[in-house]
Amino acid sequence: MDKPVNNRAWWLVAPVFAIVAFSAILPIMTVVNYSVQDTFGNNQFFWNGLGWFQELLDPSTELGGRFFDALWRNLLFSAIILAIEVPLGILVALSMPREGWRVAATLVIMALPLLIPWNVVGTIWQVFARADIGLLGYGLNALGIDYNYTGDTLSAWITIVVMDVWHWTSLVALLCYAGLKSIPDAYYQAARIDGASRWAVFTTIQLPKMKRVLLIAVLLRFMDSFMIYTEPFVLTGGGPGNATTFLSIDLVKLALGQFDLGKAAAMSLVYNLIVLALCWVFYTVMTHAGSERPDQGSAA
Amino acid sequence: MASITLDHLAHAYRPDPQGPQDYALKEINHVWRQGGAYALLGPSGCGKTTLLNIISGLVTPTRGRILFDGKDVTNLPTEARNIAQVFQFPVVYDTMTVRENLAFPLKNRHLPRETIAKRVEEIASRLDMTRVLDRKASNLTADAKQKISLGRGLVRADVAAILFDEPLTVIDPHLKWQLRSTLKELHRALDLTMIYVTHDQTEALTFADTVVVMHDGAVVQTGTPEELFERPAHTFVGHFIGSPGMNVLPARVEGRLAHIGNVAVALARAYPALPAGERIELGVRPEFATLARAGTGLPVKVKRIDDIGRARIARVEIAGHPAAALVPEGLALDGDTAGLNLETRQIHIYAGGVLVAGEGGVG
Repeated sequence: MDKPVNNRAWWLVAPVFAIVAFSAILPIMTVVNYSVQDTFGNNQFFWNGLGWFQELLDPSTELGGRFFDALWRNLLFSAIILAIEVPLGILVALSMPREGWRVAATLVIMALPLLIPWNVVGTIWQVFARADIGLLGYGLNALGIDYNYTGDTLSAWITIVVMDVWHWTSLVALLCYAGLKSIPDAYYQAARIDGASRWAVFTTIQLPKMKRVLLIAVLLRFMDSFMIYTEPFVLTGGGPGNATTFLSIDLVKLALGQFDLGKAAAMSLVYNLIVLALCWVFYTVMTHAGSERPDQGSAA
Repeated sequence: MASITLDHLAHAYRPDPQGPQDYALKEINHVWRQGGAYALLGPSGCGKTTLLNIISGLVTPTRGRILFDGKDVTNLPTEARNIAQVFQFPVVYDTMTVRENLAFPLKNRHLPRETIAKRVEEIASRLDMTRVLDRKASNLTADAKQKISLGRGLVRADVAAILFDEPLTVIDPHLKWQLRSTLKELHRALDLTMIYVTHDQTEALTFADTVVVMHDGAVVQTGTPEELFERPAHTFVGHFIGSPGMNVLPARVEGRLAHIGNVAVALARAYPALPAGERIELGVRPEFATLARAGTGLPVKVKRIDDIGRARIARVEIAGHPAAALVPEGLALDGDTAGLNLETRQIHIYAGGVLVAGEGGVG
């Protein structure tokens, strides 16, 4: 116990505390504060206890109904884009060149969609898919396919999914490509010597070696798609009807459109908890799936 | 099982090789017999890995042919060649158990299940890996993983040759000996042709019965470890093999005398046909040069004496040229002058780096 006790070091941490307090703790506590009150404007608030939460989690109420509808939409959307973007990203990564000037060219092209601001992505597709002037929308209708994303639910969903795939598959592909590049040539040579088929090389070498980056890719894509807001907001504004109203869009409608701060606060807290819980589950499941610790010493 | 014939083999990584300087591997003609243990020895960049990759089929040679048992395989892909290779870094299939790893090459060749199981058990017991058969291969140590990569080659009954590309690089020193003796045992028991690439002379000399020394893309000598030691065909072999390497001293040869500066050395043979204009050198291993009291043998100047454990090595200067010599037990030196006795029959003469055979040896 002859270590000198010196608490002055805490002063060095103080700025971080201050920043975190103002950027995270205070806003969240404000939301918590709103979530237990009701307001009718004029900056008048009334205590409501856990009322909003009870209503929110009960699908038979108006609030609970729209919350669960949006939640299912969100989960469906995330499932669809993961099911498309992950295999597609792996496929793209596998067919990317491994050396020469083509590598740089491909990487730049792949990175382009990632560099476009999200609202611009939405605008691009909004124009591109318009049935009257957009190349895609006009073309499809000219081919005799009935397509109108502002009026038809299926068209709207297909457009949003395709837009997300266009926007984000690059990310999965680039991550997988990095994973593939890190595999030493000896593995491929050994596989050739062992007479492995192309499919066996993929399942026994490439996929296991890509596991870590794939975990990151799935996590990132899941979180981003679960919190999607800008692109569908610009493209469809949540319509037709409520067909593409995801949780975040609904939240904004509730908070800024209807100024139901209490309901919106309760919803955003539950939304936040769902995101956290799902990420935790994902992460735990996927890290435990492949974490047999290597043991030293007791070999052969 | 196969003999391997290298027929006028040469390889350049450039598409249009102009002169010899463009060749990573200069022309080679060799026949490696079935069941031999060969080591390709040389410093980094000498072309030994290129040669190995040509044999395994990962590289197609620019010129020449390669034959297994007389059959031309030059253009056959790796998987059709019946060779196995152990790489510098252990390659195991992470998701599989040791058993699945060993069965993998046989499964890919669609052998019956019982044959595979029997063969895997057999090889596992040879490699002393029966206990770990059902463990995940990725959890084993580096030496165990190298044994698995070796095992994947051994399970195939038809394997023509096993190639080793510096397989002990990542193995702990105390396990290197163990793994190397496992290799030697397997070689004896299975009558396999083994080709072992290394830059470590100890590994090469203890593993192989024939060592192929390579330098600058060319084979400079092929021989048993004894031949490499006693009759280095090139000054490079003299330098590279042995510790310390051979003494190479510029000399002028007249009859049975070689003159190093103003010091005359008696030779066992005469060299009447030395090519004119080439650099003439005298080579003698430190093991055949013994330091003596001043006044006996050739006059030398002692710079320093190193104790290397099993012997003491004197660093001397002979007519201004550095050389190394053994210091016999109990020799007391007076000042920095001493004498040097050379074993006359172990003195070699090199012209332009290449050994010259003398004429009229004594006795």
